[in-house]
Amino acid sequence: MAVNTTVHIDERHKIKESHWLTDLIKTILLYIPLIIWTIITCFPFWYMLVVSTRSAGDIFSFPPPLALKPNFIDQFIINYNNLISRTYYWRNLFNSVYISTMTTLLGTFLCSLAGYGFAMYRFKGRNVLFSLMLFTLMVPQTINIIPYFIMMKTFGWISTARAMYLPAAASAFGIFLMRQYIMTSIQQDLVEAARVDGCSEFGIYWRIVLPLITPIIGSYGIITFLNQWNNYMTALVVLKDPKSYTVPLALGSLVGMQSVDYGAIMVGTVISVFPLLIMFIFMSKMIISKVTEGALKE
Amino acid sequence: MSAATVQTKTKHPGSGLAGFQRKIAPYIFISPFYISFLIFSTFPIFFSLYLSFQKWNGIGEMTFVGFNNYIAILKDQLFWKSTLNTFGMLFWTAIPQHFIGMSFAFILNQGLVKFKEFFKGVMFVPYLTSSVAVAIVFSVIYGTQYGFMNYALRFIEPILPIQLPIEWLRGYTTWFTLSSLTTWRWTGWNAIIYLAGLQAISNSLYEAARIDGATWWQIFTKITVPLLKPVIYFATTMTIIGNMQLFDEPMVMIGLQNRAMELRGNMGMSLAVYMYAWGFNWSRFGNACATSYLIFLIIMVLSYINRKLFKEE
Repeated sequence: MAVNTTVHIDERHKIKESHWLTDLIKTILLYIPLIIWTIITCFPFWYMLVVSTRSAGDIFSFPPPLALKPNFIDQFIINYNNLISRTYYWRNLFNSVYISTMTTLLGTFLCSLAGYGFAMYRFKGRNVLFSLMLFTLMVPQTINIIPYFIMMKTFGWISTARAMYLPAAASAFGIFLMRQYIMTSIQQDLVEAARVDGCSEFGIYWRIVLPLITPIIGSYGIITFLNQWNNYMTALVVLKDPKSYTVPLALGSLVGMQSVDYGAIMVGTVISVFPLLIMFIFMSKMIISKVTEGALKE
Repeated sequence: MSAATVQTKTKHPGSGLAGFQRKIAPYIFISPFYISFLIFSTFPIFFSLYLSFQKWNGIGEMTFVGFNNYIAILKDQLFWKSTLNTFGMLFWTAIPQHFIGMSFAFILNQGLVKFKEFFKGVMFVPYLTSSVAVAIVFSVIYGTQYGFMNYALRFIEPILPIQLPIEWLRGYTTWFTLSSLTTWRWTGWNAIIYLAGLQAISNSLYEAARIDGATWWQIFTKITVPLLKPVIYFATTMTIIGNMQLFDEPMVMIGLQNRAMELRGNMGMSLAVYMYAWGFNWSRFGNACATSYLIFLIIMVLSYINRKLFKEE
C-alpha cells in the first residue's frame, strides 16, 4: 500500500511538470471549437446589421452582402423610414417594454407574496392548493392557447396589454421557485422576532422577507422579462390590432408582406435586439448566474 | 415544513387581534395569486379539455361529439405528418444540442482556458434573442438564390453529395434547416447548465479517483456522468418540452399554406402549428383543443421515457 502511494505521488508530480509544448497544443485544441462557436453565434448578428444597411437590390444579389458599405448610414435611414411608414414600430416597442415590465413586476409580487404564505404559514388547505399548482406545472402552454383566445374575446380584452400580462403573471414556476428559496433562506425565528416586536403580517413580508429574497426576485424577474419579451405565440393569438402588436409580432407580420423588403424588417430587428445585447455585455456575469440559478432550482 | 411544525409546538398562536391577523394572513397572501391562477391557468386547462369534446367554430352553437374530434385527428394524415416532422426536428436538434453543449461545458471547465466569462457570454447570447428575430435573419441566410449559405457552400461544391443551390425549406431538408435554428439558440444554454453541474462536483472526488489510479474514462463514466445525471435529466426534459411545442420558427419561416399544399410539400409543419391551424385557420376549436391534449400526451410519454433513462431514484 505504502509503495503504491509513493508511485502515484510520483506520477502526479510528473503530470504537474508536463511539458509546456503539450500544454500549448492542448490549449490550442481547446480554443479552436470555442472560436468556431463564437463565429457561428455572432454571424447572424453581424448579418442582421449588414442587411439592415442595404437596399433590396443589394440584399438579393450575388455574392450576398457581407460587409458594411461606406454610405451604410444613408441606406439604414431609408430602410428605417420604410419600416416606420408601414408599422407602428415605436408604439410596438413601447408595448413590448410595457407588457414585459408589467408581467415582471406583477409576477414577482404575486409569486413572492404567495410563496411566502406557503413557506411560512401552516393553514387549512395548504397542501391541496400547492399540489394543484404543481400539477399545472406539467401542463404545456399549448393547451391554454385556444381558451386564452376565447376568454380574452369574452372579456373584450383582445388587442389590450392586459391580455398579455395578466395571464403570465401568476406562474406556477414562479411560486415554486419563491417558496423553495424562502423555505431555505429565511429563519422562522426572524419572523417570530419581528412579530413579537409588533410588526404586522404584511409588514413582515414587505420589510423583512422581501429585502432578504432579492436574489431570487432577480432570477425570476430576468427569466420572466425575457420570456415575455420574446413571446410570440400568445401575442399572435390575442393581439389583433397592429397598434397593439409587440415587436416580435410586428416583425413576424412583415415577413409575409410582398411590399416590405428585408432591409426594413432588419432595421426593426436591429433596434429590438441590440439594446438588449449591449445591456447584456455589461451585465453578462450577473444575468447568466441568475438565469442558471433560476433554472436549476426547478 | 419542519420549521413550521416546530414553531407551532413551541409558540402558541396569540389570541385577540394579532392572532386573528395571523390566522387569516396566509389566505390573504395567497389569494391574489390564486384568483388569477385559477382564472388564467387552471380554468383554461379544463376548458380546453371540455372543448376537445365539442364541435364548435367559435361563433355558433356547441355540440357534444364525444371522442369524435380525437378520432378525426388520429385519422388525419396531416396530424401524423406533423408528428413525424416534430419528431424529426427534435432528433436533429436534441443530439447536437446536448452533445456539443456538453463538450463545451467540459472545455470551459478546463483550467487552461482563459476568457471564460467572455465565452460564457457568447454561449448565452442566443438565449436572449427573440426567436422571431432569429428566424427572420436565418430566412435570409438560407435563401435559395441569394442566400449566404448556398454562396458559402459553393467553395466546397466538388465534395458535396448534392447539387447547389439547395432549397433549404423543401422536403426533408426543412428538418435540418429549422433544427439548426433551435440548435443555434439552445446549445449554449445547455453548455452553461452543464457547466454549472460540472462545477458543483467536488474536486476532492476527482483527486481521490486519481490517487486510486483511475483513468480519465473511468472518471468520466463512474464519477462525472452519474453525478451529472440530474442536470442531464433537467436539460433533456426542457429540450423535449420545448421542441414538442415548436412554433415560432416554422410559423415565421414557412407560415401556413392551404391543406393540400401542407400535405404535399411542407415538411416544416410542427404539431403546434397544426394545432394553431385548426383553431385559427380552419375555425374548428374542438379539434384544436383535442390536438393540444394529444401534444400533452406525447410530452408525457417522452418525459416518462426520459425519466427512465436519466433519473435515478
